[in-house]
Amino acid sequence: MWYLCVFYHRLLEYRRPEFESLAGLFGHESGVEWRVPECCHPDSPFHFVNLASEEMARSITNRSILVRGIYEIWGEGGSFEELEEAINDYPEERMSPYLSDGTTFKISFDSFGKVLSTQEQSDRLHKLEFIPFKGRVNLRNPDHIFLLIDNDDYGSNNGLPPIVQRRIFFGREIATSNRKLLQTYQLKSRKYLGPTAMDAEMAFLMANQAQVEPGKLVYDPFVGTGSILIAAAHFGAMTMGADIDIRVVRDGRGPDCNVWTNFKQYGLPPPLSLLRADNNLPPWRSGLKEVFHAIICDPPYGVRAGGRKSGGRKLLKGVIGPYTVPDDKRTGHIPSTASYCLAECVHDLLDMAARMLVMGGRLVYFFPVLREEDSTEPTFPDHPCFELIATCDQILSYRYSRVLLTMVKVRPYTDEIELAYKMKHLEFRENHLKWMEEGNLHSAVFSPIDGETNREDDKFSQKPKYRGKYV
Amino acid sequence: MRLITHNMLSSNIKGVTNGFPLRIQVEKVVEKEVDFNPDFLRNMFAKIEWKALTEASKTLGYADLPEETEPLMLESEEFLRKLHHALLELHLEEGALVCPETGRKFPVNKGIPNMLLHEDEV
Repeated sequence: MWYLCVFYHRLLEYRRPEFESLAGLFGHESGVEWRVPECCHPDSPFHFVNLASEEMARSITNRSILVRGIYEIWGEGGSFEELEEAINDYPEERMSPYLSDGTTFKISFDSFGKVLSTQEQSDRLHKLEFIPFKGRVNLRNPDHIFLLIDNDDYGSNNGLPPIVQRRIFFGREIATSNRKLLQTYQLKSRKYLGPTAMDAEMAFLMANQAQVEPGKLVYDPFVGTGSILIAAAHFGAMTMGADIDIRVVRDGRGPDCNVWTNFKQYGLPPPLSLLRADNNLPPWRSGLKEVFHAIICDPPYGVRAGGRKSGGRKLLKGVIGPYTVPDDKRTGHIPSTASYCLAECVHDLLDMAARMLVMGGRLVYFFPVLREEDSTEPTFPDHPCFELIATCDQILSYRYSRVLLTMVKVRPYTDEIELAYKMKHLEFRENHLKWMEEGNLHSAVFSPIDGETNREDDKFSQKPKYRGKYV
Repeated sequence: MRLITHNMLSSNIKGVTNGFPLRIQVEKVVEKEVDFNPDFLRNMFAKIEWKALTEASKTLGYADLPEETEPLMLESEEFLRKLHHALLELHLEEGALVCPETGRKFPVNKGIPNMLLHEDEV
């Protein structure tokens, strides 16, 4: 049955993928059907979606970060006359249980892009008097809530998606969501933070994309302060994390300010294990595979935080001599690490995920993309074991954005795939210097702006800006 | 470090043929309670190298795990509770993991194993 889904107006590319991932989590089979309502722009918050049941709509809304509400629409039209006709045509048996004697109800009003004054709401309320409500009004705690949405022209300089023509919807509320979760978990009250800690909203979105639920084991190979695992633990999963920087993982900023403290702050079970490990030379035993249900992470892109891997800088340039550690110095030795370019980092991540994820398991991670004028669709990393099912772009600055990639493991990890990985791994080692120079994202992002570039140029007209901000 | 983690780790030093299982050098063991989740345990059971788990468990002072297992045991709550205790509730806070071939120690401090290889092991 078709329902109207009203989204929050933000992170536009994340909305449908989050919804679809949650639908899959709650048992919706095959693809989710969507339809943009008449006279609505695809960037608007209003989307019709086909779901099997109200139960499904409720489950999705309760867990979702970007869905504001789901409604069963009784009628829509370009004017109140059309609306009345549509509602009168709507099957009586679908309406009467909610209009009957003995029930309580309330009618709410909404208009995208503007606020309706009390008088305007009252005028519209009178236009609905033809609906045979037999119950009593209860504004505090009604049995049933109805919503009238009146999207009318708000003037073009608002920066919001254009409204072609007035459209009015009337429907019964199935479920609404309040995002209180974000307030509880907001970073500004978190005990232990790092410079690249994932903000709460995004961490929950990532956990939803990965279909996290109780009983699953979630791994973050770049755990840092644990911000992503916190979201996974909130949804009931067991978690594990690794990082190459032992200070972040083991010490934090002291006994009252570390990864464990964060979990304790929210009363969440702490990770099953945290380890210091290098994803380039992981410590897994050789028979181990298909252990994790989801791998969710934010790899270092080399812009605000650079990645590291084992092996001294000089070693990777071919010099061997200075790096033999005398036996008596071994226990306290801190191994040197070398820079880890994004290409190699993602190559290792994909291989590890291909091996360690269960079939059907999800890899959810961020990938940076330079925003260039003449760019066609960016190419994302791929791997024979995975199918890429969602790409959600979030603009970070004038120069670059990050894209949340969701990949599902659809093919098992074979010896051939392992062999191909090992060869590429050696190639990265041999050509270490070459990889570090090419594709250096940091300089592309931070180099001074060329004086001739016009800030109003084309690449911005492609991406919509609402009220002067990227949503 | 829990034994579930120990069961996944090996010494991948260059030249080592089989770095699993790592021997455990104990300095401090702690028991931490974890919520009992039978579904999770049943799921993980298939991935566990049983002998490595029983040996490691004995090193940490818990010898109640059966030496051999059969699938029927997964129905028994008593067995699952023992598995739960060994796998998730025993913690090596301080000590080291020792490579079975080279004797190289991977230190464990504050419960976190340091599996990073030195420059000449890479």
